[in-house]
Amino acid sequence: MSSLQSLDIAARSATTTPTPQAREHVVEVAKLIDVSSCIGCKACQVACMEWNDLRDEVGHNAGTYDNPRDLTPQSWTVMRYSEVVMPSNEGERLEWLIRKDGCMHCADPGCLKACPAPGAIVKYENGIVDFISEHCIGCGYCVKGCPFDVPRISKKDDKAYKCSLCADRVSVGLEPACVKTCPTGAIRFGSKEDMHEFAAERVVDLKERGYANAGVYDPQGVGGTHVMYVLQHADKPQIYNNLPADPTISPMVSLWKGVTKPLAVAAMIGAALAGFFHYMKVGPIEDEDDDGPGERRATEEETR
Amino acid sequence: MEMNRRQFFKVTGAGLSTSTLVALGFSPAPALAETRSFKLAKATETRNTCPYCSVGCGIIMYSVGDKAKNVKSEIFHIEGDPDHPVNRGTLCPKGAGLLDFVHSPNRLKYPQVREAGSKEWKRISWDEAMTRIAKLMKEDRDANFVAKNADGKTVNRWTTTGMLCASASSNETGYITHKVMRSMGMLVFDNQARV
Repeated sequence: MSSLQSLDIAARSATTTPTPQAREHVVEVAKLIDVSSCIGCKACQVACMEWNDLRDEVGHNAGTYDNPRDLTPQSWTVMRYSEVVMPSNEGERLEWLIRKDGCMHCADPGCLKACPAPGAIVKYENGIVDFISEHCIGCGYCVKGCPFDVPRISKKDDKAYKCSLCADRVSVGLEPACVKTCPTGAIRFGSKEDMHEFAAERVVDLKERGYANAGVYDPQGVGGTHVMYVLQHADKPQIYNNLPADPTISPMVSLWKGVTKPLAVAAMIGAALAGFFHYMKVGPIEDEDDDGPGERRATEEETR
Repeated sequence: MEMNRRQFFKVTGAGLSTSTLVALGFSPAPALAETRSFKLAKATETRNTCPYCSVGCGIIMYSVGDKAKNVKSEIFHIEGDPDHPVNRGTLCPKGAGLLDFVHSPNRLKYPQVREAGSKEWKRISWDEAMTRIAKLMKEDRDANFVAKNADGKTVNRWTTTGMLCASASSNETGYITHKVMRSMGMLVFDNQARV
């Protein structure tokens, strides 16, 4: 099966044996979402469902454009609409900020770090973080480990689901489905380097148009992401439906997986070794009464 | 379950060593990963035009099978045509969801008629439909055709019947539609209908 690998693996969850390291000269890909040129048409949501063979339940109108209202195991990307009053030259003005939410494909993925199931979460050399559902045990640690609150556990099969950056398309040289369909070109795809260059051009343009704090969102707290945003107000990412300003993996995950787990494994091995040496030195506890009745009968028969 | 002390230690010992081995990375089934296989690899590609609005975006329809004699084609994926000059691969949410439009159970598949005063739609054949339309058009045209206006000028107008045509038609189809309808004197028709 490993010979069928279509993308080279950089890291696997809950696995201490090394991943193949030789083929590392792989182009790092990135998706760039230019929030300033998004019109909120949701073509990306539709294309995502169509490509990934998902169909979410028809939801209810809750008085906003958000539909579905949250990420689900069937909706791997959703548009978040925020109405924000921002200061401007003429005093104040209302801005409608539309952010395409979904997996950010972190360079240092919190989900992968938190996952206890071997190989259920992998990071490919090109930067994509993917869930290998057949290994998923549905514990939900990835949800807690994710600084962006992205994975969702399905009630149907108790497995976690999220955007795969269309790894099946990227592995054969295509762009993700959402990128291809975007009518305004707000979603772009290419090498991470090229996306940074393109984002820099957009930032210059936005600054000329009066967005003094325009910038790129590629948070270093998670080692950078392979889904980046161009924000009109990069100094306040929270106004984009609570996009974290400085996302980091929860200290509990680092503590548990970084320190406690190796210590616990060492303690387990220590206990087994101590037991073994105690047995060799002292021997088993001799206590005839403790044996079961069947075994006692057998020894009695032997002595006869 | 009856278990004596030694059996208990055997079972727990085996359990502990197995879980320790797994924790150390010696898992029995190797933890391997494989992306979902690419579903379009050998699908038949058919170019078409999105049926919705008058922008007329190019689409590619992917269907199962290679059109061999024993295979029935079925469209299973639709996406934008990157070589089409109008949309260059992009599609709006309606176009991106065309697959479910194609397979919709509510899709009109045959001509139906609702007689005047009736509440029911009745299924009719294409022949019946064509004959009926032709007959009604002729009746209306015979009754309301205006050959000359009040000043005696020849105008040859037929303003009481209109026609909506497909917005995604090619230039050639639009030209033919125009010629046929205008030759009957029809003025009210829209070939860029957002229907």
